[in-house]
Amino acid sequence: MTALLVALGAAAGAPLRYALALALDGRFPAGMLLVNALGSGLFGLFAALSLGDAGWALLGVGFCGGFTSFSSFAVQTVERSGRAATAYVVATTVLSVGACALGWVLGSRLG
Amino acid sequence: MSRRELRATDLLLVAAGGAVGALLRWAVDTAAPDTLFPWPTLAINVVGAFALGLLPALAVVRRSRRVALSVGPGLLGGFTTVSAWAGQVRDLADSGEVGLAGLYLAATLAAGLGAAALAQRIAHRPEPDGALE
Repeated sequence: MTALLVALGAAAGAPLRYALALALDGRFPAGMLLVNALGSGLFGLFAALSLGDAGWALLGVGFCGGFTSFSSFAVQTVERSGRAATAYVVATTVLSVGACALGWVLGSRLG
Repeated sequence: MSRRELRATDLLLVAAGGAVGALLRWAVDTAAPDTLFPWPTLAINVVGAFALGLLPALAVVRRSRRVALSVGPGLLGGFTTVSAWAGQVRDLADSGEVGLAGLYLAATLAAGLGAAALAQRIAHRPEPDGALE
């Protein structure tokens, strides 16, 4: 049951990531940056809401996990050089961890 | 044909690959012993970044766009995760383990980017016989 929910969540998150990256990634991968920051923010929010095992499997592990992608981020970074690569790494790290913390705070107030 | 064209079949391939990748990530996480330092996610992200960097070296991936999509943004995209990484950094820092949070953040970046760079060098090495292109 848990496995099915994880798969379902990722089956929604992964194509959504693909569509956003396709539409917004250019010389700077703004689409993947948005996806990783947004997904991390939702992850923090869902974690604070104490969704229960089924809800967390679907939304946290499945959707947010499948929506965000470290492998794309890493490969996009090494495909770029100098300042673009540095800016991408710093932006992804700061915005993802920052959004996650913000989501957590928001979720803690709601939940 | 535009590179930016969004096709329904592509979305389905990415969805299917992403579901399998997320299941693998979940299985690794479930099987791994519970530790304070999130080794499973670190390993998942490093292995996934290496594999994605290596994909262009595989003839089957160069031949088939469908295989490339289901394995790249699909399987490996769903397997690796930024959200769990950010969540674990936040968790560690929030529970007073600020040093460990910083170490985990830095280790993921160093090992993940290093793995992707290494894989890319291997993948873009000239073919000895040049027969694959």
